Amino acid sequence: MKVAFLGATKGMGRALARLMVQRGDRLHLLGRDADELARCARDLEARAASPTHVAHSICDLERPETFGPALTAADEALGGFDTVIVTAGIFATQDRLENDRELTRRLLVIDFANTVVFCEYARAHLLTNGGGTLCVFSSVAGERGRKPVVLYGSAKAGLTRYLEGLDHKFRANGLRTICVKPGFVKTSMTEGLSAPPFAGEPEAVARAVLEAIDKGTPVVYVPGIWALVMLVIRQLPRSIMRRVGF
Amino acid sequence: MPVVPGRERCSEDLEAATRDAHLTRGLGRAYGDAALPAPGDLRVACSRLADRILAFDSTTGILTAEAGLSLDALYKTFLPRGFFTPVTPGTRYVTLGGMVAADVHGKNHHRDGCFGRHVLSLTMRVGDGRIVTCSPVEHADLFHATVGGMGLTGHLLEVTFRLTQVPSPWIYQETARVANIDQFIESLKSAAADWPMTMGWIDCVSRGKAMGRGVLYRGRWAERDEAPPAFPALHDPIPVPLMMPNVLLGRLTVRAFNELYYWFPWKARAVVHPRSFFYPLDVAGDWHRLYGSRGFIQYQCVLPASGGHQAARRFLDVVTKGGGASFLCVIKDCGPEGNGMLSFPRPGISIALDLAMRGDTQQLVDRMNEQVIAEGGRIYLAKDALTRREHFRAMEPRLDAFLEVRRRWDPGGLIRSAQSVRLFGW
Repeated sequence: MKVAFLGATKGMGRALARLMVQRGDRLHLLGRDADELARCARDLEARAASPTHVAHSICDLERPETFGPALTAADEALGGFDTVIVTAGIFATQDRLENDRELTRRLLVIDFANTVVFCEYARAHLLTNGGGTLCVFSSVAGERGRKPVVLYGSAKAGLTRYLEGLDHKFRANGLRTICVKPGFVKTSMTEGLSAPPFAGEPEAVARAVLEAIDKGTPVVYVPGIWALVMLVIRQLPRSIMRRVGF
Repeated sequence: MPVVPGRERCSEDLEAATRDAHLTRGLGRAYGDAALPAPGDLRVACSRLADRILAFDSTTGILTAEAGLSLDALYKTFLPRGFFTPVTPGTRYVTLGGMVAADVHGKNHHRDGCFGRHVLSLTMRVGDGRIVTCSPVEHADLFHATVGGMGLTGHLLEVTFRLTQVPSPWIYQETARVANIDQFIESLKSAAADWPMTMGWIDCVSRGKAMGRGVLYRGRWAERDEAPPAFPALHDPIPVPLMMPNVLLGRLTVRAFNELYYWFPWKARAVVHPRSFFYPLDVAGDWHRLYGSRGFIQYQCVLPASGGHQAARRFLDVVTKGGGASFLCVIKDCGPEGNGMLSFPRPGISIALDLAMRGDTQQLVDRMNEQVIAEGGRIYLAKDALTRREHFRAMEPRLDAFLEVRRRWDPGGLIRSAQSVRLFGW
């Protein structure tokens, strides 16, 4: 695969990118910090199964003007990519967001509005290249309106719906859209939160996501147990959701 | 077991995480309190997520990586390409930073020394916040105090060292039963001349003529023509789902285990999986659960060669009399002292024990330490949990020189651990 990867510097993205270079996929990294991108590119080159060059371009989810040029650069460097992966995004606790309007605005813009705009650029590129896979990390937080993730969850709910619609509309044209819904995964993003039962490790998540990409599974919960957990939570009546803390 | 309040600052950005931190820990697997913060120190960095490989040259084997890279990741990435760490401790769940800080040694110590011997340079954040690169020639005092310095001279950020090229990913191993401690020390000595890797398991329960009987392992990397063509399969550890009931940890169980281990029909010659050779305990995830809810401590000392066989006999006498029943007791001959100012090994015989935690464990450790002091030996800080300050000082004539360098690079006394406060007062 030839992959444009937004968010490979940290957490689940880092683990997924490593898995991909290890099996011989070619990557082009997109992100906001050139130094970080360069260090991650060196790490991926060292871990690759056979000698490979990993290039990178600046792409900042807070600056939509970077999206087009970044994807064009990736497309040229890879000789036409067939896969775009988005793991980037920000997280903040409900407490912090309730007390910080500017952070709330930034989070909604980064995790929803600008991610969708980025995906629109990616969609257009992929369709021009004859189709491919767009794999985007949303969250189980978008499944129900829940007390601990009212704001973050609303952005992810919007993103999930967008990805669903995209898949319905363009799968026939050869564009496979994959919505990844991580439950709690132990990364620096969730650092400082106490891990609930079924907390996942980034490496295991990466393996499951890669399998979903290979198969074209439109929705994937990671770790898998969260599919079951969310199935139950989706059925709970509002009267109960209002009373419980999760 | 000590319980310490506080939360690790775990980030891919180790430079940021270590700013103002009192201590950096890796995987947090030190047996004692070396990776625990001192009381009240809430700012603790964790290097686990800082695990990038920054450069690798396959012609020289020289690797630079962030300090949180684990030996497990290194093994999976580089053994398939014919490279291995020059020195490995008995677990893969250790970071490069931890390997430098403890200046780890392995089965090849008599030939290849400690890990620090193979380190070319270190990048670290020192006590005043600066980021400094040191090596045996640049800021040599800092380098030599950091190798084996238990993370007390600064926060390790990057490590550059040389990997070893191996002929195959398999190990050729020979195993032999040895009747007692005297024969054991002789066998280790004679094996050292021909074998790059040696170690032994000894029975720490038997007394008298059979004292120190055990099983000797000799190994080397298998040549390509004697190794199986396939790469040794990578399996994840098998979990230990339950705590061992404390009642099963008595002397009888340990005696039965030791008896079985000694008489088990070990294959005299075999090509074996590198994991079973280097990391037998990593097979079981959470193997510490085998020691029940009270847990266990490790204890490792080295007795100088000048004491002869009798030194080991006298030490085992203290252990067996003190009821220090141990499932696993490991013996190894050490080569020359390394370049680290507080590095553990020195020429002589090293003995490592696991001790189930009991009411009288402190007294047993005190008796063992007094014996070690009498023999002119010393203990391994990576495993120590209970040594008293005055005992450590009595076994470490190098301590003042180390503390002077530590003070030089951290005049404010910011960087410390529960262990450093216990043993050095700061």
